[in-house]
Amino acid sequence: MSSMITTDSQSPVHTRVPTEHKPRFQDLCRMELIKVASLRSTWLVLIVAALATVFINLNGVHSDLQYLDRDLAHPFKARPDGQEMHFVYDPLFRSLSRISVQLMMLGSAAIGALTMFGEFSTGQIRTTFAAVPRRDGVVAAKVVVLCAITTVLGLIVSLISFLGGQAMLASRHVGLPITDHDAQIAIAAYTLVVPVCALVGMLFGAVIRNATASIVSVVAFLFLVPAFFGGDKYHWVVRLRHLFPGDAEETLTFWHGPDRDPGKWPAGHTHAWLVYAGWAVLSIAAALFVVKKRDA
Amino acid sequence: MWDYAPDRHCDPVIELTELTKRYGEKTAVDHLTVTVRAGTVTGFLGPNGSGKSTTLRMILGLNAPTSGTVTIDGKRFADRPRGLRHVGALLDAQDIHGGRSAVAHLKSLAVSNRIPPRRVGEVLEEVGLAEAGRKRIGGFSLGMKQRLGIAAALLGDPPVLLFDEPLNGLDPEGVRWVRETFQRLAKEGRTVFVSSHLMSEMENTAERLVVIGRGRLIADESLREFARRGSRTTVLVHTPEADALSVLLAAEGAEVEPAGDGGLSVAGLPAARIGELAWRDNIMLAELATQNASLEKAFMELTADAVEYAAGEAR
Repeated sequence: MSSMITTDSQSPVHTRVPTEHKPRFQDLCRMELIKVASLRSTWLVLIVAALATVFINLNGVHSDLQYLDRDLAHPFKARPDGQEMHFVYDPLFRSLSRISVQLMMLGSAAIGALTMFGEFSTGQIRTTFAAVPRRDGVVAAKVVVLCAITTVLGLIVSLISFLGGQAMLASRHVGLPITDHDAQIAIAAYTLVVPVCALVGMLFGAVIRNATASIVSVVAFLFLVPAFFGGDKYHWVVRLRHLFPGDAEETLTFWHGPDRDPGKWPAGHTHAWLVYAGWAVLSIAAALFVVKKRDA
Repeated sequence: MWDYAPDRHCDPVIELTELTKRYGEKTAVDHLTVTVRAGTVTGFLGPNGSGKSTTLRMILGLNAPTSGTVTIDGKRFADRPRGLRHVGALLDAQDIHGGRSAVAHLKSLAVSNRIPPRRVGEVLEEVGLAEAGRKRIGGFSLGMKQRLGIAAALLGDPPVLLFDEPLNGLDPEGVRWVRETFQRLAKEGRTVFVSSHLMSEMENTAERLVVIGRGRLIADESLREFARRGSRTTVLVHTPEADALSVLLAAEGAEVEPAGDGGLSVAGLPAARIGELAWRDNIMLAELATQNASLEKAFMELTADAVEYAAGEAR
C-alpha cells in the first residue's frame, strides 16, 4: 500500500512514517500516561486528597497526645457498673484513620471514573479506538496506569501517615514499629484500598459514561449503600456489609491489642483480602466486557 | 476535469457488503453495498440523519453492524491492533477532550502507534496550528478543531482517509485548503472518503459520489454521471403575455410552470424553439435563459423522498 504513496515531493517537511512496527502493550500504557498527565484536574484531585489525608491523620495523632499523658498516668478507671476499665491506646486508629482513607477512596474512585467517562462523554473514545482498534488493549493500559498511580500515591500516604503518627507516639512508648504484623497489614490495606476504589470507579465510568451520574453512583456505592447494612442484629446483614471495600479496609486495619473487641461476627483477614481482589477482578472484567460490547 | 476513468485500475479499498445497522425499530443503514477505490476523492452524500455517520463508524469498527460486513484492505478494521498507519479518520471534530493541549493529544495518539514524536510538530505545521499547539483544545474554535482532527488523521501517513463533514465550521480559506488537501492526498494514491450533507461542498472536492437516503444506496457513480441524472434542462422565460405563451408552449408538448416573479419555467423544449414559437405569434420575450441542471438540484430531487426530517411546506 505504502508504495503507492509519494508524499515526499508534496510536502517539504515530512517524516517518512516507518511501516508498521510490532504493536507493544507498553506503547498503550505510555498513551494513557500522557493522557492522565496532561489533565490538570486529575493531579489536582489526587494531590488534594493525599494532602488532606496525611493532614487529618497526623493532626489526629497530634491532638491525641495531650489526652494521652493523662490517660496513661491513670490507666485504670472505674466504670459506672463497678467494673474496672484498663486504658489501652490504639496506635492505628488515628494514624491510619477511617475518615481520611475515605477521602482517598473518594478521590481515586473519581479519578477511576474519569478515565472512562472522560473519554466516553467527550467522544474522545472514538478518536482513541480509531488509533487503537483493539479495545481490550486500551482498557488494560488504563487499568495498569490507574493502578500504578493510585497504588504509589496510596503507599506514600500510608507510609507518611503511619511513620509520622508513630514517631509522635514514640516518646510515650505506645507506638507500633513498622515490623509489627498488624501494622504491616494495616499499611498494605490502607494502600491497596485506593487502587481497588479506582477500579470500581472505572467500572462505573465505563457503564454509565456520564460524568455526574458516574461520580454520584460510585460515591453512593462506596459510602451510602454500606450504611444500609449497619448494626449487628442479623448475621446476613453483617455478611453483606463485609462485602464492601470500605468494610474490608476496616477489618484489615483493626489493631488486635489487649481488650480489643472486633464486634459481632467479624470478618477474617482472608475474607477481607478476597473482597479487595474480588472487586478489582470484577471491575476489570466488567469494564472490559461493556467497553468491548457496546458501540463507542 | 475530474471525471472518473474506469480504465484506470484501482484496487477496491473500502468494501461495504450488505451493511445494515438497526437501532431497535429504526433502520439507520439498510443493506448498503459500496466499494470505495483508491486514488480519488469519493464524496459520501445524504440528507441529515441518512446514516452517513453510522456508516463511517461501522467502517471504523466503532459501531457493530447488525448484519453485513465492511472491510478496509480486505480486513475488518477492528481486527487491527493499531490503526493510524492504515486509516486516518476525522469523525467529529468535537470528539476530543478539551482539557489537553493539541500537542499532548497528538502525542498520546502517536506513541500508541509507535509513530515518531516529531510527526506531531509536522502535522500541526501542515494544518496551520503550529502556534496553537500548546493551548488547551477547549479554547479552540470549531474550525481549529477541524484542523486538529485532520492533523490527527494525517499522523500515521495512512493510505485511507475518512472524514465526516470536515468542512463544518471552516472559513472560506479553510474550505479551500481542505479541498486542496483532499485532492492532493487522492493524487498521492490514497483513498479519500468524505461525507457531507451539502452537494455544494462536494461539487469542487469529489470525483465520485456515493449518495444515500434513509440508509439506502441511491447513487454510486462519478460526479459527471450524477449531474446528468438531475432534472431535465429547463428554460426560464419572462414575457408580458405569460398566459398566451403558456397555452402556446403547452400545445407543443412542453411542461410549463410559473417560476416566481412572473416568469415561466419551461421543460421539454429547447430555448431556440421557444423563441421561434414566440416570434411566430408576436409574443414579446423579456428573457429567455437555459437553466442548467445543477448538482444541488439533482441531489435534492434524488433524495427528496428520503429526507428524514423535512421542514414543513414554506408558506
